[in-house]
Amino acid sequence: MLLLSSICVFLVLRLVPGDPADALAGQDATPERVAEVRVQLGLDRPVPEQYVAWLGDLVHGDMGKSTRNGLPVSQLLKLSMPSTLELAFVAYMIALSIGIPLGVMAGANPRSFWDWVLSGYTLVTIGIPSFLSGILLLWLFGVILGWFPISGRVAFSADPLSSLRHLALPALALGAGLAAVLARYTRTAVAEVMGHDYIRTAKAKGLSQRVVVIRHALRNSLIPIVTIAALQAGGVMAGAVVIEQVFTRPGMGRLVVEAIQNRDYLVVQSALIVLVSIFVMVNLVADIAYGFLDPRVRRR
Amino acid sequence: MSKPVYERISAPTWRGRRSQESMLFASIDRMLRNPQGVIAISGLLALVGLAIGAGVIAQYSPTSQSYPGAARFLAPSLDHPFGTDELRRDLFSRTLFGLRSSLMISISAVSFGATIGISAGFVAGYAGSWTERIMMRVVDSLLAFPGLLAAMAILTILGPGTRNVGIAIAFFNIPAFCRLSRAQMLSEKNKDYVFASHALGAGPIRIIFGHIARNALPPLLTQVSLAMNGAVLLSASLSFLGLGDRPPTPSLGGLLNSSKSNLRDAWWYAAFPGATLAFLLLCLNFMADAVNEAVDPFAGRRS
Repeated sequence: MLLLSSICVFLVLRLVPGDPADALAGQDATPERVAEVRVQLGLDRPVPEQYVAWLGDLVHGDMGKSTRNGLPVSQLLKLSMPSTLELAFVAYMIALSIGIPLGVMAGANPRSFWDWVLSGYTLVTIGIPSFLSGILLLWLFGVILGWFPISGRVAFSADPLSSLRHLALPALALGAGLAAVLARYTRTAVAEVMGHDYIRTAKAKGLSQRVVVIRHALRNSLIPIVTIAALQAGGVMAGAVVIEQVFTRPGMGRLVVEAIQNRDYLVVQSALIVLVSIFVMVNLVADIAYGFLDPRVRRR
Repeated sequence: MSKPVYERISAPTWRGRRSQESMLFASIDRMLRNPQGVIAISGLLALVGLAIGAGVIAQYSPTSQSYPGAARFLAPSLDHPFGTDELRRDLFSRTLFGLRSSLMISISAVSFGATIGISAGFVAGYAGSWTERIMMRVVDSLLAFPGLLAAMAILTILGPGTRNVGIAIAFFNIPAFCRLSRAQMLSEKNKDYVFASHALGAGPIRIIFGHIARNALPPLLTQVSLAMNGAVLLSASLSFLGLGDRPPTPSLGGLLNSSKSNLRDAWWYAAFPGATLAFLLLCLNFMADAVNEAVDPFAGRRS
């Protein structure tokens, strides 16, 4: 799967018309100069050969050099990745810790207070993309109230408290939108399970609502929840790239956007491969988790 | 005197025909009875009207920096309903033109992506065997990408710009339509009417596009409104990142991006374009829900 997506990233970047050598050589470069650049980049070789060479280098940790400033791509990524990953991780945790409990409460008690909270919450968040809520938070807590810094990033190892303060707003902006989607799916999954006979049996045995929901209903509705949560990992990655721009955090978002503007395709290609492999890995973990959640899956 | 036999027989047939022909009207009727549908339709009509009439409604040009009374960061007033920006331009006009470009990109990208995706899905579903297997493999691996990342990959090569953003969004819409229309095809292609028209000597193209396509349409309509929502969001995100329209051409995402550094001086800079975008997305979302309920009346009631 990882291999397949690496082929895809590679092919998409190659098959789309437009020539990186053209872009690199400059607007008024002679055809000879363009051809020279093309040989330098190895673009004159057949596409499958280019792919194999690139993949071989990738496995060895060599992602080539940025065509713009000559720095190794792996070094650029090493500098920018921690910022993006910590943002994505914290946002993901926020999404899970708001989304799942809210969805369970709403699903277990349809038309209750929590169900209304969820409806109101989704209504507010569906119209507001994460970068817009980011600006809203930035304006409210950063500019008007001045509680949180409005831009930049501090490494966690250098100053944990300041690092978290810098993370709070972007992570909340990103996590809040994802939480709404997750909560809706969780609600549907739990509500469906709540209608089953065995839940009625559990209730008839005299178990409290709490035990019924957490131990009986939630367990069986976990599979769709895990599926959606794993798929959202991709949304978190993509969202982090955008949110970084709102809060001017130096991360992969800025790296990729600058690289696109300069047609620095090696950087984009490597950054995308990294993001996509994280996404694929999270989904792999989810696939393995199914076996633990539902023993019936293992037997197949 | 009882009625002649032919009238007694034709009456139910006539009623049956009518109820079938008015399925479209019944769906529209259901949408208009649904409050979400009413909000969505009227909201969208208003927004589309504003976008089309942008040149007439807005008093100032979206890019002009020198006109009588021009000043930086004018607060909203009757003259400038949304205020002015750091270059003295009228934000009302910029928002309207941004809305227009956002709608234009989304509509053209979705229709393009849907056309290719649906045709490919129908062909894959109808043909079966290895054609289907190969096509679905490709679609699955495309679906694995988060849309924004896929769009970014395409923009790397094409370069930033409005047209290229449209192409990227269209491309990213193909897999979803392809999957859905294939699924529809699979459930329709073994029905009796397909065999009947096959027996009458109709070719595959006629069967697919003349007969099956009509019956497979409703779920695809829901997907169209969902895709519009995604396309508006994606194009706003991309222009927010500075990968869409080149300045000074206005776009909703671009306006929000430049408002960010002026939050201290001008709250209206972010507020109005942001609210416009949020309202557009909300309407499109309601639209998707309403269409879904209209074409499949049982969908909403199940849970």
